Amino acid sequence: MFATSDIGGRLWRLGVWAVVGFFLLNLAGIIASVVVDSLGTSWFGTWLPDGFTTHWYSDAWSGFQLGGVLQVTLEVAGAVILGSAILGVPAAYALARREFAGKKLVMLVFVLPLIIPPFTYGIPLASVLYQFGLGGTLAGVILANLVPSVPFVIFILVPFIEQIDPRVEAAARVFGAGTWDLFRRVMVPLLMPGILAALVLVLVRTIGLFELTFLTAGPDNQTLVVALYYSVFAAGIRATQSIDAMAVVYMVTSLICLIVALRFVDPTQIVGRAKKVEAH
Amino acid sequence: METIPLTAPATPGRESLKRRLERAGFDTTTLLLAPALLFVLALFIYPALYGVWLSLHPMNGGGWLANYTAFFSDPYVYGTIFTTLELAVPVTLVNLALSVPIALRVRRMRHQRLLTTLLVIPVTLGTVLTAQGMLNYFGPLGWFNRVLMSLHLIHMPVRLVHNFTGVFLSQIVSGFPFCFMLVLSYVTGIDPSLENAAAMLGARAAQRFRHIILPLLAAGLAITFCLAFVQAFSVFPSAVLVGAPSGPTRVIAIAAFHAAYEEYDYSMGSAIAVIMGVIQIIVVALVMWLSSLFYRGPAGGGKG
Amino acid sequence: MTISAKNFRELRLDHMRRDFGGMNALRDITLTIKRGEFIALLGPSGCGKSTALNCLAGLLPLSGGSIWLDDQRIDDLKPEERGFGMVFQNYALFPHMSLRKNIGFGLKMQKRPQNVIDARVEEALALVRLTKQADKLPGQISGGQQQRVAIARAIVVEPPLVLMDEPLSNLDAKLRLEMRAEIRRIHNMIGCSTIYVTHDQDEALSLADRIVVLRDGQMRQVGTPHELYARPAHADVAEFMGYRNLLKAEAETEQNGRLTMRLGAARLDGFAIEPGHGREVIAALRPEDLTPVNDGPIKAAVVSAEYRGRDFYGLARTEDGLDLWFRSDLSVKPGERLCLGAPAERVLVYAGAAA
Repeated sequence: MFATSDIGGRLWRLGVWAVVGFFLLNLAGIIASVVVDSLGTSWFGTWLPDGFTTHWYSDAWSGFQLGGVLQVTLEVAGAVILGSAILGVPAAYALARREFAGKKLVMLVFVLPLIIPPFTYGIPLASVLYQFGLGGTLAGVILANLVPSVPFVIFILVPFIEQIDPRVEAAARVFGAGTWDLFRRVMVPLLMPGILAALVLVLVRTIGLFELTFLTAGPDNQTLVVALYYSVFAAGIRATQSIDAMAVVYMVTSLICLIVALRFVDPTQIVGRAKKVEAH
Repeated sequence: METIPLTAPATPGRESLKRRLERAGFDTTTLLLAPALLFVLALFIYPALYGVWLSLHPMNGGGWLANYTAFFSDPYVYGTIFTTLELAVPVTLVNLALSVPIALRVRRMRHQRLLTTLLVIPVTLGTVLTAQGMLNYFGPLGWFNRVLMSLHLIHMPVRLVHNFTGVFLSQIVSGFPFCFMLVLSYVTGIDPSLENAAAMLGARAAQRFRHIILPLLAAGLAITFCLAFVQAFSVFPSAVLVGAPSGPTRVIAIAAFHAAYEEYDYSMGSAIAVIMGVIQIIVVALVMWLSSLFYRGPAGGGKG
Repeated sequence: MTISAKNFRELRLDHMRRDFGGMNALRDITLTIKRGEFIALLGPSGCGKSTALNCLAGLLPLSGGSIWLDDQRIDDLKPEERGFGMVFQNYALFPHMSLRKNIGFGLKMQKRPQNVIDARVEEALALVRLTKQADKLPGQISGGQQQRVAIARAIVVEPPLVLMDEPLSNLDAKLRLEMRAEIRRIHNMIGCSTIYVTHDQDEALSLADRIVVLRDGQMRQVGTPHELYARPAHADVAEFMGYRNLLKAEAETEQNGRLTMRLGAARLDGFAIEPGHGREVIAALRPEDLTPVNDGPIKAAVVSAEYRGRDFYGLARTEDGLDLWFRSDLSVKPGERLCLGAPAERVLVYAGAAA
């Protein structure tokens, strides 16, 4: 950027890009090896498989009951999206618009599920769910996945709501709108872009979130990522290609969600929530 | 002109309570908070407290500290703390050390979005898929070893999976993008004109980094370290899938899972989860305290 | 010990060029600046004035041409090697350092002894009248004070050249006037050359020894404030210097530079500025020079008028639909019919194709 750069500066820049390139190259290799293997007939000690086939996909479909797993995944994701919207949007509105005693404490309560890794609170959470007979059920899986999703929606929406001029609401009140009318007719339309962004991100995260489903699901209500874990864990029972076919199905599902998400949001938001959290 | 109220004032008690609440900021709008708050209290705070309570009521009796005494008297179990720390601390430091120079360069790039999009992919795919891919790619017959061998850099395949290295690499593959994105967002928060101003005053690149960038970035780096560290400290799927879960990569999460789901001792499992949480809190508190010794405040120009 | 600029004779910009993504952000800038001169780069936003400043600072590389400080070529030096002072639009004070440390930063980078740094910083603080606030952080002082710190920080290293990038644009109107005087006072005191970027012609007129008007990356005119105010070289410069009426007209007769033009139904006299104009010309005149007079040639009806304390300024429309900004000593009302006229020496005539 500056007018000139000496040899040291150029070497440094070259080194930085070399590291990025090396990382991306290996990342591509990791992903490509899964895809190639899932399409190969047999692959052992060569650069590429001997031949190509798609039958591992039908194998995986029947062998892992992928249909059922996908259905569970979509049910969980759908319910989590709905639940986190119903719980998160009003809460985000209240937090963005009101100052009240103990607000910092409430914020802290909402931040904790986001920054504490799921494995740390997953075991006690699973114990509580089992205590109420929800362990191993679809409802239990949904409730567990809602725990980080509700705060996630809140923290994405709070700054979004704060930037909407409160005078818009004041104007609506002047024209006689009650709280509910105001919310439904004024705020929700204004907030729609932010809500959509938050919910698509919840979708991406729910499909990818392993730990909570792993700790709370029973055999009949595993999501895709948990089913994938078990099949990799028990490698040897089935052909690797079949596992890779399942991995590709998982990958394609997540990537589709990711592409949809990226249409709505900046990628840094997917991990960048911490900055917003810290701002409060 | 004042008008005389037509209705009599409500009973003083009710009136003043409502008024007092409203003055403290509680009205109908604030109530919108209640469902989400109750939910998190019921499914996060209560389980956390229940976990602590459960850990103090050992399944096999023996007083309420029995789980903790058992944990800290068995080297195979308490050793998991050090195994996890040996993994989590270097991985986090490496990810952070890579992220800072790259973020400082990418900030000046025009097509940032392409790179950030590429880096979101491993975050989205998660550790399970990464692990499966690594088994193929870094395995003894995988592309990585084949390339090194055909370049005659090595004669025998290097073992990169099913050991400590495997977990370490997997934590970089999924942890580096996470760190990088956070650091990038902090770096872009620093007004570029500050660095220009320092250059105009004669500061060379290294001096600009030391005197301007680093102090302004310190708080953000501390937060990034904490978030990345707690993720790395609770590593589970990759430690099982690309590690050696019975030995060198028997991390604390495996110990907790083993107790709760393989020995059905939820009390012990909760105790280990509590220990996990406490260690994370200690490290986070330590790092935040260290960073508070630096400047904390806006990283913009002087204009406030 | 007093702060004074390093000795040098002149700064020379030689065909300085800067391309930006296939576009010429800056074309062929050639200019010589003498020691102690105050130069204003004036132009509308996007004219390339900030680009020019950043090129001088070394924050942007040149695409062609060169920059010379006396006999030393400096355009291949990094910003930190040029030794210029710079005041940024947003001040760019280091938020984590006290005012004292901010001002002393440049001296510290030069590895001066601490007692020298202390003495110089103290002197600079006194110069900008901030001695009492010296240990505060930038976030704890007002915008005007931050501005003064930014200036002190730039001049304490005794640079031959101080670059200022719209330094007053973030201040309110009253403070802006005060700081204008302050900047000129400090410039005179330390004897550096200053290059001052602004889009405000009042600022440029009141501060600069010479003004450089930029448009589309090109120098349109260089001259003293009086030259620019009285005789803008081109119609677009005239417009920028407050000639609000730019009227298409047809040249009829010309004698010794004095023209008679047809303006719709009216006839108007003026002086040609741009040589080689054709029949199509543009007559430029300031609203304050166009007033109702008894034998005024331009007949127009008042559209609107506003009271400005001493006189009235308004907009009038001729029967040909031409809009004219004018001044009047007496009250005028919308709908009122006026005969407007201007002294011929205040009507500047430019070639018609430019507009």
